[in-house]
Amino acid sequence: MAWLIALPAHKGWATYIAIFTHPRYWLSLLNTVGLSLLVTFCTLVLGGAVGIFLARHAFVGRAVLLSVLTLPLSFPGVIIGFFMILLGGRQGLIADLSEALGAGRWTLAYGFLGLFLAYLYFSLPRAIATYTAAAEKMDCALEEAAKTLGASRYAILRDVWIPELAPTTLACAAIVFATSMGAFGTAFTLATKFEVLPITIYSEFTNYANFALAASLSIALGLVTWSVMYLARRYSHSATVLL
Amino acid sequence: MSQPLSAHRFPLTLALLTVLVTLFMLTPMALSMTAGLVNNYSRGLASGLTTRWLEQVWEGYGDTLFWSLVIASSCAVITTVVGVPCAYALARSRSRGARLFEELLTLPVAVPGLATGLALILVYGQFRYFRQSFLFILVGHIVFTLPFVVRTVGSAFANRELISLEEAARTLGAGFAHRLLGVLIPAVMPAIVASALMVFTLSVGEFNLTWMLHTPLTRTLPVGLADSYASMRIEVGSAYTLIFFIVVLPLLWGLQVIANEVQKRYGT
Repeated sequence: MAWLIALPAHKGWATYIAIFTHPRYWLSLLNTVGLSLLVTFCTLVLGGAVGIFLARHAFVGRAVLLSVLTLPLSFPGVIIGFFMILLGGRQGLIADLSEALGAGRWTLAYGFLGLFLAYLYFSLPRAIATYTAAAEKMDCALEEAAKTLGASRYAILRDVWIPELAPTTLACAAIVFATSMGAFGTAFTLATKFEVLPITIYSEFTNYANFALAASLSIALGLVTWSVMYLARRYSHSATVLL
Repeated sequence: MSQPLSAHRFPLTLALLTVLVTLFMLTPMALSMTAGLVNNYSRGLASGLTTRWLEQVWEGYGDTLFWSLVIASSCAVITTVVGVPCAYALARSRSRGARLFEELLTLPVAVPGLATGLALILVYGQFRYFRQSFLFILVGHIVFTLPFVVRTVGSAFANRELISLEEAARTLGAGFAHRLLGVLIPAVMPAIVASALMVFTLSVGEFNLTWMLHTPLTRTLPVGLADSYASMRIEVGSAYTLIFFIVVLPLLWGLQVIANEVQKRYGT
């Protein structure tokens, strides 16, 4: 590890800040952060909704559904990339459907949308598991009181659910963001046109044998995710998240 | 739980979202399972069912499965043997260095596996035999998973009740070995099992790091998967994914059942 941090120094201190000075790397970092933020936001909204639903409704097969929904936690990222190819690739389901509708063959797997859906796919199980557990422990008395006092649905969402689940949300957001930032397998399988930082690092390393730069970019990536996790941990002590 | 009350809160929106998310999660799994069994993916089920893709994968990539399981189990054993004493030492130490070290333990989540792989290659890459053996990948996996063990087991050791229990045992004259076997290990057993299971799961699915460390002769399951996706027909990739489902998922599920049993027996 120390070697990794020290390595860019051999090529001069400028290598450390290459990510700020080269538009290509800077863009790649912005792409990655933007994508991860968007994925985190959508994951929290969808995962929160599904989690609350699963925690509140007892129906036949609920336990099975929950375990199927959290199954992808154990999939390697490459499998999820492959899933997107099956869904939105050249021979994919979406292409078949859109052709049947007379709209031509859509391939969305290799662009931003494919990457976004794939990241959503591996983030959702974690959020669903975390929110289901948190929502089951949620105190119903507050909600009942609010309802008795005539609070609207929106008011309950804003004043009861969101504050009650806030620590969970913060911790979950940090983990989802961190995994999205570092996800390599998925983007690698999709050979995506939307360049994200892990792919940039990989191609610097293998295609150009530019070890120092690859190390410097890794440090930048690590710093961004680590500081987000650090902040999240400082502000939420109680919440537990499924890693 | 207040079913009748909350069930009528956001009934439709929540139910609809749940259905949509479920579809989104299940469709690809179903697709990949069927795609591995049909003769020709673009013609679909009409082309008939076959196991020849499965056989092709088994011949070409069967060893990746074996090695993945070997690496994952060795990794789980080694990280437990090394990690549990580390966790104990950290949980009982009050020095500032120990706190700093705990902070460092969150690194593997934050630092992408890619970077860890890079670091390992840069440092140890010149030792040719080491580099070309599965040991190299195993070391990578240990570096990646050890912190999870230390954190999980460490927080179990830091339990206040356990600390006073250990104090009580010491007051009654129990030596360290006695305290270890009689008090500490049984108390943290669920955490040890849970962390070993987590390490196994992480190791089987690890790609980011392994892709950097692998050589054409040392490949694990996810590496083989990526290779087949990149260079083979879509049916072969699907068949390979199917094998992952058939072999690895029941295994992980079985281990989870065992872990839950242990949790029940030792948990308080």
